[in-house]
Amino acid sequence: MKISAFHLMPHRELPADFEKRYESVWVTPPWWELADPARVGQYYNWTLDELLFAARAGFDGVCTNEHHQNAYGFMPSPNLMGSVLAKATNDLPVAIVQMGATLPTQNPPIRVAEEYAMLDCISGGRLVAGLPLGSPMDVNLCYGITPMEHRERYREAFALTLKAWQAREIFSWNGRYQQLANVNLWPRPIQQPHPPVWVPGSGSISTFDFAVENEVCYCFLSYSGARSAKGMMDGYWNVVAKKGRDTNPYRAGFLQLVTVADTDAKAEELYAKHVEYFYHKCLHVPPVWFSPPGNQDYRSLEATARTPMRFAVNAKELRYRDFVEKGYVISGSPATVRDRLQEEVVKGLHVGNLMVLLQIGSMPHELTLQNMDLFAREVLPSLRPTWEDEGWVNHWWPEKLRNRFEPSSLSPSGGEGRVRGTGQ
Amino acid sequence: MSSLNGTQSRTVPVWQDRVRMRVLSKGRGPALVFFHGPWGLHWDPFLDALAQHFTVHAPEHPGTSPGAPDDIYHLDGLWDLILCYDELLDAMGVESAALVGHSFGAMMACEVAAAYPRRARSLALIDPIGLWRDDAPVRNWMMLNPQEIAAAIFRDPASAGAAHLFPRHEDEEARVTAQVGLTWAMGATGKFIWPIPDKGLKKRIHRVKAPTLLIWGADDRLVPPIYAEEFRRQIAGARIETVNGAGHAPHLEQPGAVAGLVRDFVRPA
Repeated sequence: MKISAFHLMPHRELPADFEKRYESVWVTPPWWELADPARVGQYYNWTLDELLFAARAGFDGVCTNEHHQNAYGFMPSPNLMGSVLAKATNDLPVAIVQMGATLPTQNPPIRVAEEYAMLDCISGGRLVAGLPLGSPMDVNLCYGITPMEHRERYREAFALTLKAWQAREIFSWNGRYQQLANVNLWPRPIQQPHPPVWVPGSGSISTFDFAVENEVCYCFLSYSGARSAKGMMDGYWNVVAKKGRDTNPYRAGFLQLVTVADTDAKAEELYAKHVEYFYHKCLHVPPVWFSPPGNQDYRSLEATARTPMRFAVNAKELRYRDFVEKGYVISGSPATVRDRLQEEVVKGLHVGNLMVLLQIGSMPHELTLQNMDLFAREVLPSLRPTWEDEGWVNHWWPEKLRNRFEPSSLSPSGGEGRVRGTGQ
Repeated sequence: MSSLNGTQSRTVPVWQDRVRMRVLSKGRGPALVFFHGPWGLHWDPFLDALAQHFTVHAPEHPGTSPGAPDDIYHLDGLWDLILCYDELLDAMGVESAALVGHSFGAMMACEVAAAYPRRARSLALIDPIGLWRDDAPVRNWMMLNPQEIAAAIFRDPASAGAAHLFPRHEDEEARVTAQVGLTWAMGATGKFIWPIPDKGLKKRIHRVKAPTLLIWGADDRLVPPIYAEEFRRQIAGARIETVNGAGHAPHLEQPGAVAGLVRDFVRPA
């Protein structure tokens, strides 16, 4: 299987009373009260250094994503980060997983096709092209896209992107939202017919259909662990089966929060406060913002109204041990983490493309590197062979990196990759 | 045509039959068209009071009629929506009428009166949206949670008027239907005003020739009463009536008073 390191690039030093003092971590957190540009420059450099460390430590891919006006993750342009990562990993068999640039917010959306093609060229064909819909907070609240047009714009932009990468002839695009008379993308991606496409979703039935029909890897970027995702991922696999596709585990991606230490007790001691910071502060958003009227189609709206609240759990009332017990975070000794990841996530959800979040909330740089190092040495090597015996091909991974199975990941990690500087 | 809660109901296909507009009608007398607000059409005492003096026609905004939620996807923008109303009035044989609207519906009434000045014999706008001042932003009700929204719309969220929009439902099915209907109505109207309800009315409003009455709830917490002045300034001869004891929906909180204002304005005694 493939295991990638995901990063949100959070604000790591929010005040202790943040969630009491402010309305939300997203859209409205006041910059001038909460942040300092020089310090934020340090965060960006730490983020890049951490992902490069992961690349050198043996992870299969490094992931960045896009958010706006947001203290829990503020890479408004993940492609700027991806560009640095692509250049700096040209000697490594690592995928540049953009999870990614949000299509509906780009004007025109072929900008994403262009930048991804650039990244594929710079990286020598190592790009995984995540094509996310974007959250309502980013797309509707920050970027002003009408909620009812959000999905339509996405689907049009998705089709345009795929065509722009592949068309042999210059074409005109007379769409509902985009009109381009001469589409002739420069550059084109190295990977043919196009880079592998991943589509993140959050469980809506229409996205399952969309993912299967378009033969993409469906990814659930979850903060609430495998147990609460089980029903949702089963729903996805049902659609896969209903549409007559095979059960190739690489059709699915999943994001899991992970912290590793020498023992379970040590993990609690090292990581508890950072995990609580993440769930209490970084996810502090008014629930109604997740679904402005019109964003869900009528069918999904009815389905949601009939079923109990999916997020009925109030994470602010939970503590570290609750998060671990519920599987929101898989934390503990290497053995604990290995077993739970394998059983609950990889096998439980039938996932071939695993993403792990190893820098969590306020976790400082050194501790993040420790977490990554231990994961790479003690957890990753035993997970990697999963699914090998079944002989599936990961069509959703850069072809040149598909058969990476070299023992280097078993050797002491880091080497010259132990990047510690601030990079400034 | 069929009967619904004492009104006559008919569905008129417009826009190459892709948009089905249901219209509830009641009463006798000169024609009056009522454009409902962002929370859907609820036949209420205000409309009953008007129906004593007028033939009230109340069309439902595209997408908000039962069984036709996806019709809204056939309209790309405000111009499409204005043309739908023109087609609807033609299909109903209503050449001209008193145009009355509330909130989003008042913006639509004003847009129709600006696009087709001869269609509006008179214009009564109840807490309209459609203009924008940076110093008094219109509050985005689509981002309020269910607990906040009634208190934002009404001066008194416990009033009988508030119960017309937010009835207490005993059975689950009715609760779900009401909740979905309310959210979808906000989405289908929001499509034309997101994220700032200033879509060019200021460029067209000078075309309004009808006598115009502006009715404003004194305690409107969504669209500050300063906007009454803004509309009055831009519509020649417009007059303002402020309604005490009401928020953004004075026709629901003070139905008798607001119906009286409209009646006296449209058909002076």
